[in-house]
Amino acid sequence: MSQGFPPERRPRWAAFVIAAGLAGLAAMLLLDAAGLKQDGGYAGVGPADVPRIVAYGLLGLAVMTGIAGLRGDLPRPPRQAPAPVMWILGGLGLQLALLHVVGFVISGALLFGMTARGFGQRPLWKAVAVGFVLALVIYGVFDRVLKLNLPGGPLELLIFRG
Amino acid sequence: MESFSLLLQGLSTALEPMILLYALVGVTLGTAVGVLPGIGPALTVALLLPVTYGLDPAGSLIMFAGIYYGGMYGGSTTSILLNTPGESASIVTAIEGNRMARAGRGGPALATAAIGSFVAGLIATLLLAFLAPQVVKLALMLGPREYFALMVLAFVTVSATFGDSTLRGLTSLFIGLALACVGIDGLTGAARLTYGVPQLMDGIETTTLAVALFAIGEALAVAATLQPPDGMHKVKGSVRMTGEDWRRSWKAWLRGTFIGFPIGSMPAGGADVASFLSYAAERKLTKHPEEFGNGAIEGVAGPEAANNAAAAGTLVPLLTLGLPTTATAAIMLAGFQQFGLQPGPLLFVMNAELVWGLIASLLIANVMLVVLNLPLIGLWIKLLSIPRPWLYGGILLFATLGTIGVNPSPVELGMLILFGVMGYGMRLYGYPVAPVVVGLILGPMAEQQLRRALAIAQGDWGTLISTPVSAVLLGISAVFLLVPMLMRLRGRGSVLSQVAGDAD
Repeated sequence: MSQGFPPERRPRWAAFVIAAGLAGLAAMLLLDAAGLKQDGGYAGVGPADVPRIVAYGLLGLAVMTGIAGLRGDLPRPPRQAPAPVMWILGGLGLQLALLHVVGFVISGALLFGMTARGFGQRPLWKAVAVGFVLALVIYGVFDRVLKLNLPGGPLELLIFRG
Repeated sequence: MESFSLLLQGLSTALEPMILLYALVGVTLGTAVGVLPGIGPALTVALLLPVTYGLDPAGSLIMFAGIYYGGMYGGSTTSILLNTPGESASIVTAIEGNRMARAGRGGPALATAAIGSFVAGLIATLLLAFLAPQVVKLALMLGPREYFALMVLAFVTVSATFGDSTLRGLTSLFIGLALACVGIDGLTGAARLTYGVPQLMDGIETTTLAVALFAIGEALAVAATLQPPDGMHKVKGSVRMTGEDWRRSWKAWLRGTFIGFPIGSMPAGGADVASFLSYAAERKLTKHPEEFGNGAIEGVAGPEAANNAAAAGTLVPLLTLGLPTTATAAIMLAGFQQFGLQPGPLLFVMNAELVWGLIASLLIANVMLVVLNLPLIGLWIKLLSIPRPWLYGGILLFATLGTIGVNPSPVELGMLILFGVMGYGMRLYGYPVAPVVVGLILGPMAEQQLRRALAIAQGDWGTLISTPVSAVLLGISAVFLLVPMLMRLRGRGSVLSQVAGDAD
């Protein structure tokens, strides 16, 4: 995606955000490692040491990412449309929230419908309806035939008798 | 000739009706996902892993291998007809193949790709059968420090050698390694980074991470991109190749095979590297240099053979050493572990029947694939006309199905969303995704080998370079890390970024 864009020598704020994220991850590893009981045995290397090594590596990478950001050395993403991303994340969030309330089929139908809407399918109700049929078939095949344990709600209870 | 009789025994396993069915399901699914843009073999195996919990281990693993091979076949169809490669190893095929399709020679392009894949798959699988027992003998002599050095080499080649930035590749790898620290430490039982959440005790599921990065990250990235996709080129005329086509193809197939297999079988990058090198070789050796860039058949035949040979090659380190060198191999390793099997030299002793059945099935899968891909090509092309909203809606539904099926907890789904957003961000800023997956699955193994090696040497870090094998392996790792950095500094990095790919 980065071809065709001349490299720009302006500081890139995104790079600083990434560097901060890496440093944060390193801090989590170091804090956790500090709380572990060191039990190195013969190796002299216990459970806390490898996380520490990884954390130092991450800190080094964070510094280098920051320097790369100052030099403007990070691909510039093409323009992004925020609405589709929101539709898809919304669908995933709804499924997370509703899964144990309404069951796999209805929450799955909503996820399918909102994703399709994010990709430009209209109207929403039609996309949800298609998703409903698909999710019902998937539930039938995977929960009943392949014995995968999918959470059922009132609807699954009604159709497949629990 | 020991391999030969073992292979024959394997064939008798592979010809059992149920096993044949698993192989057929695998290659069919593999071809389908190879054809569909946006889903690669790595994602398909990750999606199917949870579904196979209750199924037969041998059958499931054969199905996964079928998906891997099938994905390599199917990818060529998309690159030739659409110019949007279905998987990264087919990017090179798109260069000449799409030109041929534009010139109305899509049929012969598809044929040389399919037959080349068949020839390469056949030769490479036989090479795998004869090479694997030798590597197993070597592997039995390796100790923890040599294994650790091998894993370091795999880390470096997966993250830093190819692609357009060493920094971003290594960053991806270290994110994977950090995620790998989560969970109970295998040697002492200490709980790391679990914050009292029971779901984190077992560590982060490879499938959750892979599905999130490949499916959700990809879907978000595709949805947010504003440009419309390329139009499709109809296959005009017959798929039959002329005598001239055959004459020009067969040498390219063989060259591609012998370029692809060694590259796949060393921890030196995956199928995309092999197909790129094969393309470069064909361009150098051709008698028709004027056709390159305008649809030269060698430019399709060679790289397609190379990427299939490399796919077979990656099974050598995976089966004999337990060392995955691509994202797909990493997820297949997770598949073995799901059934309580640990690939490596012992697998050939303890589960000889399964291993040889798997290798023999690959030969059969290869025959199935050439049948599926040549006469039935029209069927696969129809798949390309599924509207994108339905396609991605389905992908997301299946992506969450796997996670819900294993562990229907909000924590697991939350991680799926979190890593999905991370995958989207990584795609935006040019961070490769595969090193995260390889880091997650290989990280704990490397840590164990490191700590074992140090325990044997009573804490002396010098032990890591005290044998010639481990010293040489670590030396090669350093070369693979530093040489590409120097090449990029001197402005020669474009070659490396062209070779980079993710989803194979």
